[in-house]
Amino acid sequence: MDWGSLQTILGGVNKHSTSIGKIWLTVLFIFRIMILVVAAERVWGDEQDDFICNTLQPGCKNVCYDHFFPISHIRLWALQLIFVSTPALLVAMHVAYRRHEKKRQFRKGDQKCEYKDIEEIRSQRFHIEGALWWTYTCSIFFRLVFEAVFMYAFYFMYDGFRMPRLMKCSAWPCPNTVDCFVSRPTEKTVFTIFMIAVSSICILLNVAELCYLLTKFFLRRSKKAGNQKHHPNHENKEETKQNEMNELISDSCQNTVIGFT
Amino acid sequence: MSWAFLRDLLSGVNRYSTGIGRIWVAVVFIFRLLVYVAAAESIWKYEHDEFECNIKQPGCENVCFDHFFPVSHVRLWALQLIMVSTPSLLVVFHVAYRENREKQHHQKLYKSPGEIDGGLLCTYLISLILKTGFEVVFLILFYKLYNGFRVPRLVKCDVRPCPNTVDCYISKPTEKMIFLHFLVATSCLCIVLNLSELSYLICKYSTKCDLKRYTEN
Repeated sequence: MDWGSLQTILGGVNKHSTSIGKIWLTVLFIFRIMILVVAAERVWGDEQDDFICNTLQPGCKNVCYDHFFPISHIRLWALQLIFVSTPALLVAMHVAYRRHEKKRQFRKGDQKCEYKDIEEIRSQRFHIEGALWWTYTCSIFFRLVFEAVFMYAFYFMYDGFRMPRLMKCSAWPCPNTVDCFVSRPTEKTVFTIFMIAVSSICILLNVAELCYLLTKFFLRRSKKAGNQKHHPNHENKEETKQNEMNELISDSCQNTVIGFT
Repeated sequence: MSWAFLRDLLSGVNRYSTGIGRIWVAVVFIFRLLVYVAAAESIWKYEHDEFECNIKQPGCENVCFDHFFPVSHVRLWALQLIMVSTPSLLVVFHVAYRENREKQHHQKLYKSPGEIDGGLLCTYLISLILKTGFEVVFLILFYKLYNGFRVPRLVKCDVRPCPNTVDCYISKPTEKMIFLHFLVATSCLCIVLNLSELSYLICKYSTKCDLKRYTEN
């Protein structure tokens, strides 16, 4: 069980994402998870061993380290990545639920279901419309919230994003104010700034995706309103439902739609 | 043998679970197993080396560490994850038994071997009760062993061969406490999910029974 498992889970979501969503997933995997695992973990690997305080007083180093690093950068990033990836599961669950319903209809022999076999349902790609649109939009909103919260937590806990070389510590049992030296401060600062920058890019991508979805939603609504205005004799609900279903199955189904009366 | 085995086991369980059961599996995978492997293990990795006592007496540090940490937090966490995931095996075994029976008799004995009804429903309910029980037991164990869910910076130790009361300092206490609280929160969430699933199944099947009885009458 490791980051690879998370990648497998999220990879499934990729199929049902928008293009911006796919870019976000790529940035997440390559510039955040991979960098965390192959580089950042090594940089922070020896953080407590090489944290040195100018005192022989036993316990002083432990206490000072705990005072300045209540939670390590690495662990905070790991938590951030886990929390930020989780809303995508909402979409995966919704898609799984829809597939389950369609499979149920297919097994019942429901005429409304136009699939040839179960495999088609399994491999079908759902468009982001209706209830799935709401789930998807909520997941992006939660992603944004988690990103913002973690970035703020970082800034708040470490007084900015810089790693100082020297920290002055006077926590008990240190006898006086003691100089403590952090290991690899410059390298840690570089990686911190890198991770913050990529986090900001992810926030921008999420905001762009949210705007795109909202624009699409309002355009579709105004189109529908326009259609109703020009063709008042249309059977509104049934026709729009029909159109949506047509769009839904047009990619994967070969059959013609059995007409509704 | 690694956590991947548990992951594969839980993926198998997912197929025969209700919706709430699937949410439970997702919570265990992501918020417990993944957090444990990706973050928690590394925090407790050098806990013994970094445990420091204000004394040069040989053996004092060892004895004090053993006194305050009879079982390490991280090992207890791992045991909890394993024990809590295992009752789901009962369901898998029961479904396998049903499929085996159908194969032996060469006929369809059940509507679907994986459908939660009859004997499988009882097995599922028992597995839920066991899961909840294990969660509660481990939470109580954590609370009793460590005097609450706090990790102090300093502990005072006067176990032989330490000559007097000695100050001993735990490494990364704040970080350990944060993850301990995280463990407790996810444990409680899993308990809530299990209880909801239990109530949902009981309500669903008692309604089904009542309807059946009503239509028969």
